[in-house]
Amino acid sequence: MSPKTLYDKIWDAHLVHEAEDGTSLLYIDRHLVHEVTSPQAFEGLRMTGRTVRAPDKTIAVPDHNVPTTLDRAKGIENEESRIQVEALDKNAKDFGIHYYPVSDVRQGIVHIIGPEQGWTLPGMTVVCGDSHTATHGAFGSLAHGIGTSEVEHVLATQTLIQRKGKNMKVEITGKLMPGVTAKDITLSVIGKTGTAGGTGYVIEYMGEAIRDLSMEGRMTVCNMAIEGGARAGLIAPDEKTFEYVKGRPHAPKGAQWEAALNWWKTLKSDDDAHWDKVVTIRGEDIAPVVTWGTSPEDVLPITASVPAPESFQGGKVDAAKRALDYMGLKAGTPLSEIKIDTVFIGSCTNGRIEDLRAAAAILMGKKVKDGLRAMVVPGSGLVRAQAEEEGLADIFKEAGFEWRMAGCSMCLAMNPDQLAPGERCAATSNRNFEGRQGRGGRTHLMSPAMAAAAAITGHLTDVREMMQPENEPA
Amino acid sequence: MEKFEKLTGIAAPLPLINIDTDMIIPKQFLKTIKRSGLGVNLFDEMRYLDDGSENPDFVLNQPAYRDAEILIAGDNFGCGSSREHAPWAIKDFGIRCIVSTSFADIFFNNCFKNGILPIVLPQEQVDLLMQDAERGANARMEVDLASQTITTSDGETISFEVDSFRKHCLMEGLDDIGLTMAKVDAIGSFEKQAEQARPWV
Ligand code: SF4
Repeated sequence: MSPKTLYDKIWDAHLVHEAEDGTSLLYIDRHLVHEVTSPQAFEGLRMTGRTVRAPDKTIAVPDHNVPTTLDRAKGIENEESRIQVEALDKNAKDFGIHYYPVSDVRQGIVHIIGPEQGWTLPGMTVVCGDSHTATHGAFGSLAHGIGTSEVEHVLATQTLIQRKGKNMKVEITGKLMPGVTAKDITLSVIGKTGTAGGTGYVIEYMGEAIRDLSMEGRMTVCNMAIEGGARAGLIAPDEKTFEYVKGRPHAPKGAQWEAALNWWKTLKSDDDAHWDKVVTIRGEDIAPVVTWGTSPEDVLPITASVPAPESFQGGKVDAAKRALDYMGLKAGTPLSEIKIDTVFIGSCTNGRIEDLRAAAAILMGKKVKDGLRAMVVPGSGLVRAQAEEEGLADIFKEAGFEWRMAGCSMCLAMNPDQLAPGERCAATSNRNFEGRQGRGGRTHLMSPAMAAAAAITGHLTDVREMMQPENEPA
Repeated sequence: MEKFEKLTGIAAPLPLINIDTDMIIPKQFLKTIKRSGLGVNLFDEMRYLDDGSENPDFVLNQPAYRDAEILIAGDNFGCGSSREHAPWAIKDFGIRCIVSTSFADIFFNNCFKNGILPIVLPQEQVDLLMQDAERGANARMEVDLASQTITTSDGETISFEVDSFRKHCLMEGLDDIGLTMAKVDAIGSFEKQAEQARPWV
């Protein structure tokens, strides 16, 4: 047998049909659904009299529109948002799919609760009408975002029409330096390859620095594969993966667990597998980074300065001019001198327990800079509960952060959590597009620890300056 | 789905790179539970000023391009989210064909599901079409899917590639779900076999 990549293996195990021209029908093991990209799909089913083929493999949760204020039990004020959430309530009930309503403590961002509940398992195909479905690739599952027409297609047939992508290997060798996190890895990769560098590829992340990451960190890395243009990002499952999955509500148990484990252990790329593209970065070379522009590829170490548009080439010169104009920045300004108005910690990139721990470790005993708005939005009700139990919530609250309920919140500002025009935000989310966090809002992406550091000083800050020196090797 | 065979129309130049889905249709318009009516909000933040009036500088607000049916755009068009609201808004505005050097994957897919033809061409040819588009309303291009050619207003012909299955679906206006439903037996037998091989799924 010819050597295969992990992507090849999962693909082959799910191939229902392949036409001569390569158009393939792929079986889908898990279909995650949220309120924004699904109403038209369910409507389509109703209009054609179709049903959901595999309701037991379909899991729905409202996350994008839901309020994250503590009093949200009183309902959603915005009428359109309310209608969308109510439509999901109804569709979940009518079509008999698994559902976590807003009132359920297990509710949260779809990409956080999938793994949390054990729906996401190694070797699976996972889709969702959401581009950050790539997150689930951290488990060695082939996971990607789809459009609403495809949501309808998967609901009706439990399959997806696909053409196979190419294989790309991203290797992060060696160890990370203190203060450098999974977010810095994933942003640095995009900085190197560009937002279109992964187009047409499925990325497998490997190397010692990736192996060393926790499952939470691996999810952060895979989450942003889409920001590099890739259809999906994968990390081969290992003992850490199995440990994370074991005992989750929907993970296999008993003899099934053993059978699953046997298969999961085969899920890695063969040594001599063929890669269409290889990118290698030394872990030691990665610094804590922030974005300065309006594309996730506009990323630099915090010690750098805002670049001059003329330092780029081609269409990027104009794009960079436009970005600096939008961001209200001047070339040559040190990034660490950029003042911020708001800090947002949360999202499917960095809304997990480990992220909250990292931010709280910096904030412990400190205060948010006067006049700054700071909020933490846990990725799920269970993350929130755990953070309260661990005392993290108190650290945030004492520092002056708002402690919110779970949801997407200011990651895309569909609910009332928005930036005002010109307002500048240190955010742990994944997109710094124009208007992403509110019309005219300015977003700088970074890790939770870096966002916490910025909250204390009121400007973008090198978190390494705030770390306890005694924890560092001499 | 509406068929796409041949289109003769005005092309609007949009030379920005990395036009993302948030620019194409900002999130406040994703709250709809319908597919239609999004055209007025296409490129909303570039198209309208803060007071809600039209931004006269934006290409689709200029008299020559208000009826554009083709868009010539910079690299990596449609990057960002999976929102199908982006192609819905484009289609609702009246644009049926987009030409760029590259498209983001999910957006590219979504176009075909909605009767929109995304065409990938090398930089020099996109540049040529961009120049042609900049000539305004009298410069009408022709896009012919059957022969896979674009003819510029000067009569110059450029060929493009398109996946044969997608071409077939566009030209016939076929619904993917109907096509897949015809393979229901294959899906059923796959499920039986998978149930044996991976009963925990
Ligand atoms: S947290 Fe942000 S990126 Fe993640 S699913 Fe929600 S809106 Fe999308």
